Amino acid sequence: MNKHMQFRMGFLYLALAALCAFPVAAQDAPDVGPHPPQPMKPMESHIGKVTGHAKDAKMNYRRYCAGCHGDQGDGNGENAVWLDPKPRDFTMATFKCRSTVTGTLPTDEDLFDTIGRGLTNSNMPIWNTFSDQQRADFVAYIKTFSPRWEKEKAGDPIKIPAEPPVTIESISHGKALFTKLECWKCHGPQGKGDGPSAATLTDSKDQPIRPYNFAGGGDDSRLKCGSTNSEVYKIFITGVDGTPMPSFADVIQPNDAWDLVHFLRTLQVTRHSKENDVLKAAGGKIPAYVEKQSEAPASQSENKAAGGGN
Amino acid sequence: MRMGTQSRFGGKLPCVQFLATAALGVVFLILSSSQAANALPAFARKYGLRCSACHESWPMLNYFGQKFKDNGYQLMNDRDAPIWQNASYWPITLRITPFWSRESVNKVAVDNTATGEAKMTTTGFNLGGLDILTGGTLEKNITFLLVPSSDENGAFHFESANVRFDNLFHSPWLNVKMGKFELDSFISEKRSLTLSASGGGYQLFHFIPVGDGNIFGQVGDNQLGAEWMGHSYNDRTRLSAAVFSSTDGSPDVPYGQNSYTAFFAGSQAFGAGKLGVQRIGGYAMFGVAPTTYLTSDGVPIPGSGIGNKSFSRIGFEGLFYLGPKLDVQVFTQHGSDNAWFGACYGDIISGTCDPANNNTNGATLPTGTRNPTWNGAFVETHYVWNPQFTIFQRSEWVRMSQQAIPGTPSNLGDIDNYVFGYRYNPFMTSRAGFAFHNEYSWIRQRGTSPVTGTDLSTNSVMLGFDFDF
Repeated sequence: MNKHMQFRMGFLYLALAALCAFPVAAQDAPDVGPHPPQPMKPMESHIGKVTGHAKDAKMNYRRYCAGCHGDQGDGNGENAVWLDPKPRDFTMATFKCRSTVTGTLPTDEDLFDTIGRGLTNSNMPIWNTFSDQQRADFVAYIKTFSPRWEKEKAGDPIKIPAEPPVTIESISHGKALFTKLECWKCHGPQGKGDGPSAATLTDSKDQPIRPYNFAGGGDDSRLKCGSTNSEVYKIFITGVDGTPMPSFADVIQPNDAWDLVHFLRTLQVTRHSKENDVLKAAGGKIPAYVEKQSEAPASQSENKAAGGGN
Repeated sequence: MRMGTQSRFGGKLPCVQFLATAALGVVFLILSSSQAANALPAFARKYGLRCSACHESWPMLNYFGQKFKDNGYQLMNDRDAPIWQNASYWPITLRITPFWSRESVNKVAVDNTATGEAKMTTTGFNLGGLDILTGGTLEKNITFLLVPSSDENGAFHFESANVRFDNLFHSPWLNVKMGKFELDSFISEKRSLTLSASGGGYQLFHFIPVGDGNIFGQVGDNQLGAEWMGHSYNDRTRLSAAVFSSTDGSPDVPYGQNSYTAFFAGSQAFGAGKLGVQRIGGYAMFGVAPTTYLTSDGVPIPGSGIGNKSFSRIGFEGLFYLGPKLDVQVFTQHGSDNAWFGACYGDIISGTCDPANNNTNGATLPTGTRNPTWNGAFVETHYVWNPQFTIFQRSEWVRMSQQAIPGTPSNLGDIDNYVFGYRYNPFMTSRAGFAFHNEYSWIRQRGTSPVTGTDLSTNSVMLGFDFDF
């Protein structure tokens, strides 16, 4: 490059720098738009050996999350009006997918897992492209939106006993429980989410909410809070906070919950599962549950309402 | 010097014609930087995500956007199938860039000067080409991309047109598409942040040695063929293999009767703590293209090409995050063409080479002709001040390591290209994209000025409004 060219390039660089400064100077800061409250709380999260720091997630939250959850974390991002179900309002610190008992705060791992898993039947994608550190930072950032995180500790994770073998008896008992516990009123007799109460349900923000359609997932085994049987079990015990789905921790015994899990899997009629294999081997029909003497009877009318759940 | 060399056909390759051809090639490369970029607000509207969720700064994809693309423009939730969309949903995006620019070329062929060359500088308002981007799901796991694209004068072609079957047998490792598509590279020229005439395109994606007659050899142009692509569930690992006609994306098979090229790519991403998720990978392209044509009244017949000769391109690519605000893309290439291409056999259909250069019986190469080879690299850096404001630069170098014709200056055709600028998005929503784009670029190619065969350089200053809806 000769001197003339060097001079010209230098001039152009300066000119460009001035042009660069224009849009920057035109704003109070180039970072336009609403912002989270300042100063940010020095919140941390702890997932295994990883410590997340809220301040490190600020930009990524704005890039990936704020469009739905809002800059203030209140679930009022610019896309929220178009979404069903509505984005989570982090200021309420109420979370659906937890390992802790109903009404308590989730663990950091619960939030960490939810980010990486996404929430099926919603617009929440599977954010497994982040590093563990980035996800941990998100968890810490989410916790800055509610004062509950400063005042309360996360609940203790529930204990999940080992899963008993899948048998036609356990499926049959699960079906009886499905009737007895009136799951069908929301989820429908065939688990299609079309029970008689389905149309009336609202969440804790009075937004309409649909019960889960077990039969609609095709081969996709994902449920809201996970895809394994343990994660389905967990939902019975913890409930889905912020929704009409209650916790059954005080109502059913662990083995009963497992039986219910086994039955619910048979409602996913197109999914390949050990439960459907057992059902197929039994001729494709769930036999009527024969109560043991120590158990309370499930009424005939409820059994009828549950119908042929498979 | 290459020019003035006596050809084996007894004719003399005129110096001016040779260099003019080379200069035109450079100009073509420069103009070809008007690229159809893929940034679809229609996707954002469909899923309710901000542009920034998928784009580092649109149209450049981030890791999440790459995964979305690898899943066939699906988030892999129950909102993918079109049945979820409002009946009025219409997955179309229009993108065009009005701009003002200053273009300067240090040497153009002119009359009435001592050297026959003079500098020329032009300023004015201009318009980029129009991209009509439409893509999405035909049904869950059956996706399409159709991109009619025009130049600034309204001449249309199909930049992309393909259908893809995704997640066959419920495996993310089985995705197959056919049609016209971009070769699988996570460093995408189609999604480059640079737009100016002298710096919009990646030189390595289009580099052909001066005087080379290879029809093909481009990793940057969309190709007509079929591709298998597979990836892990979280897209950390990506592999792909494609086979396509050696036509450089031209329809109607205008060159060889049976000329194909294969392209392989693979990459692996890994977390690096607070630095973010890094990705490294490589690619290899091997192909053949014709050098012999049937003729009619001396005119080569399109589609009659035989006498395939080989070429290859291999390289490394990496995308490194140095924290949430700074990332660096690195791309390298080692390229090699068969000696016949190096002697300008091959493309006598579109006029790159003299029609007399038909590799018929008895044709021989000039003594000592060998495979032209070269090496190149570029480093592109993005400083994302915030998701709305990105400063970028790219430095690119291409160096010939072996000229085809002995005696040719070793640096003939070498390229240096420097670009820097910024993109500023005044707003950021899931409905539309708009960027105030300002860029400066400078490029020099050794020995390719049109008359004297000295260095040819151009520079561009560009201020534009880049928008899509």
